Amino acid sequence: MADAPFGLLAELTHRCPLKCGYCSNPLELIGRADELDTAQWRAVFDQARALGVLQVHLSGGEPLARKDLPELVRHASGLGCYVNLVTSGLGLTPERLADLRGVDHVQLSVQDAESASANRIAGVRAFDHKIKAAEVIRDAGLPLTVNVVLHRLNLDHVGEIVALAERMGADRLELANTQYYGWALRNRAALLPTREQLARAGEVVAAAQARSAMEIVYVIADYHEAHPKPCMHGWGARQLTVAPNGDVLPCPAAGVIEGLGVENVKDRALADIWHSSPAFNAFRGFDWMQEPCRTCARRELDFGGCRCQAFQLTGDAAATDPVCSLSPHRGVVDLILAGGPASVEHRAVVR
Amino acid sequence: MTALSAVPRLRRGVKAAYDETRDSHVVLFPEGVLVLNETAAAVIGLCDGRTSVEGIARRLAEDFDGVEVDDVAELVARLVARRVVDVDG
Repeated sequence: MADAPFGLLAELTHRCPLKCGYCSNPLELIGRADELDTAQWRAVFDQARALGVLQVHLSGGEPLARKDLPELVRHASGLGCYVNLVTSGLGLTPERLADLRGVDHVQLSVQDAESASANRIAGVRAFDHKIKAAEVIRDAGLPLTVNVVLHRLNLDHVGEIVALAERMGADRLELANTQYYGWALRNRAALLPTREQLARAGEVVAAAQARSAMEIVYVIADYHEAHPKPCMHGWGARQLTVAPNGDVLPCPAAGVIEGLGVENVKDRALADIWHSSPAFNAFRGFDWMQEPCRTCARRELDFGGCRCQAFQLTGDAAATDPVCSLSPHRGVVDLILAGGPASVEHRAVVR
Repeated sequence: MTALSAVPRLRRGVKAAYDETRDSHVVLFPEGVLVLNETAAAVIGLCDGRTSVEGIARRLAEDFDGVEVDDVAELVARLVARRVVDVDG
């Protein structure tokens, strides 16, 4: 039997005031009418806690778009879970945050170091709201992580982004190079940085990590690496995602894999899905692996990389992640990297 | 290694809890969970912002055999590195 999961990513809604071109949500966003209701989410949290979940990440979309967020926070917190609110900050007033007692930590997204560029990336005027939101979070005494997705358009400003996060009073700063799923995959040509940009940013980040009192987490750009990321620390190993409509996924992007047999909390108990659904067992352990992963020593380190990326770039979810220099499909990634820039297409807001 | 006079406490945003599913003490923090063994749980319980490393070792010696103050200091240093614990002094 699989070990119990530690974390639940609860995607409460796909509704969001931002229109970031790097969004990892699926191209076919789930509408409000198909979202789980309050009682259904409460039941998901009950089942998740019973299964072993200790961390609940309330995300989306924008979780503040859910009117029942205070009740969902109280419920998850009351079960003894660590509650992490992942937000754009839009609509996060002192009053709303005061209603969210039980939140242990806030992750606030920031698009760039200064207003004009940040708003261009977000597709709306969001920057000033985020500065205020950081103040609200700090005044409430809550620990703050600033999340920044990095790409061609903001990677050269990473030093200024670090300084902004320090001014915002962040305890942690997550600088994550774009992962190409959902809308980010569609906009990949516009988002892919150059090797030179990455090298410069890497130096700036290393210097900031040595100097800053903030914890700075840097997630590298995997297309440019020789080996794939240890995606999710292995399939169905530590965390699960529940999509706005109740679909239960081994990772937020797994819906792209055709024929995975995704199941829904409305039809089956969460523990049964975790332990015995075809979707969760498809890539657990090592038996599903093909060469070169099957006999590779690195399989213990990276678990063959990302199944969604393998599917998206090779059409076979059980293939070695083509980012790997040992993959027979590495040429696909190199060809993408050799492509020229394009403009970022912002997605339409879904309401 | 952490100084013996240093006073550790849980960092902002870190929670200590007991997990019935795993029958273990745990610490929860922004992006992770640590499942604690009995000794680590006892040390975490004494990271109260008042008790020094030396004081923690003395208190532990009341309940456990063979407590070495250097081992406590090393464990605190590991918890500092994981950003679970802060030290003053």
